[in-house]
Amino acid sequence: MSTVAELSIAAPEARKAGNWLLVATVILLCVWVLLPIYLLIVNALSSPEEVTAFPKRFFPSFDFGSLSFFINFAGVAKALWNSVLVATLTMLLSIGFGAPAGYALSRFEFPGKETFRFLVLMTRAFPLPLLALPLAVMFIRTGLDDTAIGLALVHTTLALPFAVLITFSLFSGIPVELEEAAWTLGCTRLQAFRKVILPLALPGIAASAVFAFTISWNEVFAAAVLTIENRTLTAFLLQSLGESPLYLKFAGGAALVIPALIFIFAVRKYLFAMWGIANR
Amino acid sequence: MHSKALPYLLLTPATLFLCVFFLYPFVLVAFEAFTRDGGFTLDNFRTMAGSWKFPVTVRNTLLLSAIVVPIQLVMALLMATVVSRLETGRSAALYIFAIPLGISDLAAGLIWLAIFDQSGFLNTLLSNLGVIDRPVMFLGYQSKLTIFIAVALAEIWRATAIMMVILVAGMGLIPREYYEAAEVFGASPWKRFIKITLPLLRPSLQTSIILRVILAFEVFAVVAALGGTNLPVLMGETYNWQFTLQDHNVAAAMALFILAISIGFTLFFLRVLRVPKETRI
Repeated sequence: MSTVAELSIAAPEARKAGNWLLVATVILLCVWVLLPIYLLIVNALSSPEEVTAFPKRFFPSFDFGSLSFFINFAGVAKALWNSVLVATLTMLLSIGFGAPAGYALSRFEFPGKETFRFLVLMTRAFPLPLLALPLAVMFIRTGLDDTAIGLALVHTTLALPFAVLITFSLFSGIPVELEEAAWTLGCTRLQAFRKVILPLALPGIAASAVFAFTISWNEVFAAAVLTIENRTLTAFLLQSLGESPLYLKFAGGAALVIPALIFIFAVRKYLFAMWGIANR
Repeated sequence: MHSKALPYLLLTPATLFLCVFFLYPFVLVAFEAFTRDGGFTLDNFRTMAGSWKFPVTVRNTLLLSAIVVPIQLVMALLMATVVSRLETGRSAALYIFAIPLGISDLAAGLIWLAIFDQSGFLNTLLSNLGVIDRPVMFLGYQSKLTIFIAVALAEIWRATAIMMVILVAGMGLIPREYYEAAEVFGASPWKRFIKITLPLLRPSLQTSIILRVILAFEVFAVVAALGGTNLPVLMGETYNWQFTLQDHNVAAAMALFILAISIGFTLFFLRVLRVPKETRI
């Protein structure tokens, strides 16, 4: 990189100015992302009176009035529980169905492989939440309407393609020689998978499970279409948008955002690998 | 176990699942859209298109996509570029830029409601600066333009991250040598961006644009949180037909319509931004 060094000696001022511009741009973009979230948190951590008052303060008063009103509001605790339940089921279903498929795609060449990949990629070109409409009728017939498992099945169509593609790339990254070595040492295929491959793939699988959880946790349209009594938090908030007071909305928004921030932080290492691969 | 059967065995659960919950519902929705009381008919589409709200809905959705997606593309490219040139704090910046990826569209709508509401932070700021005497109704039924701007901002804020992540992953695949060679020949950063980054990034640009446009046609909760019924969009109308008007057949027709424009635009971008096989890296 001697060229770069020479250039930077030749034009130190220009380079310095460029660096400042770069840092300023990064800071500006970070503020653009973080400021709106901060303002929501300020609202959630203020008393109901402060939330509806004008003008507003730009700092939270750390009054938990809004949050306790939200938690004690009829239906909220149940909605939170439903959200967690549906998201957990979605996570289990999409990894349970997706990981074997990902493993098969990474380890075998077989007729029909391309067809399957096409089926998975095709799901990307469709507005999937719309599937909830015809399924609503089917679920009423089969008794799955307004149940956590029914909604989890729809959310799994959203999360499964990701689970397949992510686990596919995970398993592809583990050398097949490791598995073969285990076989020659007397392991069966299943043993080799359990003792050699699984421990190596587990962190990545956990990350894609968190990803599936987040997809379900955040989904609004299908949740609102398919649940009536057993609303998830998103469906609950959507349906009470018209009548609920501002402080309830903001506390609810914060309740949606905070877990999401934790999820994203937990999988930050895998974020780019996953999205980069899943979308190629 | 016979190893020829194993891959199929492993694929069976996922395949069956996608057949039952992905392919079958599409057959159902098409069936519902083209029938009424058991007979084939185009009436559902006529009812859909005949509604006075329909043209407004289509216009709002397409206009929103046409404004939001190009801005997001530029911002995502900017984010990906500055991050790639950052020497310290790179992963922190990437994490912060990626945060909205995990945020629900409903939560994003509520976040921007905190800003644009009548007692919100924008009004507070404007009144502190002395620009206004009393709070302005930004999201009232008479202020369609500010509702539109608020929804557009919330969408740009929320969904730029998904494009950025795809583009960052794509930029990582471009060989360093190309940039070094260009630098030797004295190409400016801007020239390197135009002549190397953009052309080689085409596959990632294509996927990110397609994904984003489809998501833009699905805009729903952001609008519900910020505009209520004052800014009708396609998904919101579909929801309306299903619940408020209780007409599942017309809702199905709406769903097919959204599907059709999504597929149409996917094919369009696949064609316009097609990547010849031999230029792939």
